[in-house]
Amino acid sequence: MNGVSLAIRQIGYENRAFWRNPPAAFFTFAFPLIFMVIFNVLFGADAAGFFTPAIIVFGVVSATYTNLAMAVTIARDEGILKRIRGTPLPPWAYLAGRIGHAVVIGFLLVAIVAGFGALLYGVEVPWGALPAMLLVLVVSCAAFSALGLAVSGLIPNADAAPAIVNATILPVLFISNVFVQMESAPEWLGTVSHLLPVRHFANAMMDLYASGAGAGVPWKEVGVIILWGMIGVVAALRLFSWEPRR
Amino acid sequence: MIQPAVELRGLRKSYGATEAVCGIDLRVERGEVFALLGPNGAGKTTTVEILEGHRSRSAGEVSVLGHDPGRNERAMKQRLGIVLQQTGVDEYLTVREVVQMVAGYYPRPRDVDEVLGLTGLGDQADRRVKKLSGGQKRRVDLAVALAGDPELLFLDEPTTGFDPSARRQAWETIRGLAALGKTVFLTTHFMDEAQALADRLAIIADGTIVATGSADELIGAGSTSTRIRFRLPETAELPDTFAARRDISVWEIETDEPTHALHELTEWALGAETELLDLEVTRRSLEDVYLQLTAEGGEQ
Repeated sequence: MNGVSLAIRQIGYENRAFWRNPPAAFFTFAFPLIFMVIFNVLFGADAAGFFTPAIIVFGVVSATYTNLAMAVTIARDEGILKRIRGTPLPPWAYLAGRIGHAVVIGFLLVAIVAGFGALLYGVEVPWGALPAMLLVLVVSCAAFSALGLAVSGLIPNADAAPAIVNATILPVLFISNVFVQMESAPEWLGTVSHLLPVRHFANAMMDLYASGAGAGVPWKEVGVIILWGMIGVVAALRLFSWEPRR
Repeated sequence: MIQPAVELRGLRKSYGATEAVCGIDLRVERGEVFALLGPNGAGKTTTVEILEGHRSRSAGEVSVLGHDPGRNERAMKQRLGIVLQQTGVDEYLTVREVVQMVAGYYPRPRDVDEVLGLTGLGDQADRRVKKLSGGQKRRVDLAVALAGDPELLFLDEPTTGFDPSARRQAWETIRGLAALGKTVFLTTHFMDEAQALADRLAIIADGTIVATGSADELIGAGSTSTRIRFRLPETAELPDTFAARRDISVWEIETDEPTHALHELTEWALGAETELLDLEVTRRSLEDVYLQLTAEGGEQ
C-alpha cells in the first residue's frame, strides 16, 4: 500500500477508536454547544449572529489544536508513537491519519454548530459563501493541526498536557473575538490579538456569516493563517518527538 | 557466504560524559536465537534500540539484515519485528483490529488468525485491548511484532513481569518462532531464560561484552566446573585439606575432579562416622558464570 492509502486507512482506525469511547465523543460535541447556549442566555438572542461563527471557530480550534496536542502527547507517553516508528508505516502517514481524524471531527462540529445556530437561533447559514468558508476552514484546520503537533513537542509529559494546552489556547480565544466581543478592548490588546491566528480565523468566519457571498474570499485573513500554519510546520519538524520523555 | 542477521563492530554509545556501550562486537547468524544477557543498566536496551533504529550510535559499524539502522530505512523495517520493553497500542481497538492495522503496514504480512494463534490470543481476538490482563497485553505486543511476518525479531526483556506459567508459554511461542526459521535477538536478565531459549548468548556488563558462546560453552569455560554441597551434623568439623567454603551451615567444594573429591569426602565421612546431609553434586550453572563475570565487569 502506498503512503496515501495507508494514511486514509489510519483515519479509519482513529475514527473507530474515537467512537468506542462514547462519553469522550459525546462531550467533544456537547462542549461547544454548551458554551453557545450559555453565551446566548447571557447576552440575549441578538448575540446569536456573533456567537454562531465564534463557536464554530472554537470548535475547530478545539478539534485540531487542543485535541491533537493532548492526544499525541498521551500517545507518545504510552509508547504508541515509538511502536509506530518501528514499523514501515511512514511517519507522515501516521500523523496524516491523526490530523485527518481531527479534521473530520472539526467539520462535524462546524455542521452541528451551524445547524444549531440556524434551527435554534435563526442564524442563517451563508450558503452563498460556502466555497470561501470551506477554504477558510481547510486552511485553519491545517494550521491549527500543525501548531498542535508543534506544541506537543514542548509538553514534557502527558500529565502536563491539559495545563499547557489550555494555558496556550484559552487566553488567545478570549482576546480573539471568540468568547468576548473585542469592541471595547484597549487598542494594544487588539494589536496583540491581530498578531495571532485565531483572531483572523474569527474575523473571516464573522465576515462570511455577516455578508454571505458578498464578502468574497478573505485573502488577508487566509494569508495570516497560512503564515502561522507554516510556523507550526517548521516548529513541529524541529520539536516533535516519537519517544516518551521521562 | 550468507550475510549475518546482525553484525556489530566497535559499537559505542555515550550520553554526555557517560559511556553506556563501550565498543561491542557481535555477530548473529540467520535462524539463530541469540540472547544478550546482563544486569539492569548494562547497556542491553541501548544496544537493541540502536539495532532497531530507535537510537543513534556514537561510533562503530552496524548491519541489520544488510541495512544500516541509523538510516531509518523503510526497507529495513519491513523485515523487522520489534517488541520494546514498554509499548502501547490503541486500547479502544480489538486485538484483531490492532493486528490487522499493523499487518497492513507490511508488504507480505502473516495471516492475522495465524498470528493470533501463535501468540495464544485466539480467544481474545474480538476483545478490546483495554479489557485484557497485563500478560495478555504483552502477548498483543508480540502479535504486533509478528504481524508483518518479519525475518528478524527483537525482543527486549520479553517476559519481565510475567508469572511462571506465562513465562513458560512465552518461551514456547519464542521456540515456535525459531522453528519457523526466524532469527530472534532477545535481551534478558534471566539466566534460565537465556539458557532455555538461546542457541548462543553474550553476557554484557557495564557496556562491554564479557563472554560469548553457547550456554554449554560458557559453563565449561571456567576452570572449576562441579560443585559439591552438603551440611554436617553440629558435632562434626571438616578438615581444612578439603578447601571448602562455608556459608552458614552449608559447605561447598568446587572442583575439576569430582570423582576424586567425592571419594575423599565420603571416605572422611565414613571414617569420622558422620553423615553428609543434603549432599548434592551439581554442575556449575550459567548463573554462577554470569555472577562471576558480571561481578568482574563491575570491578573494572
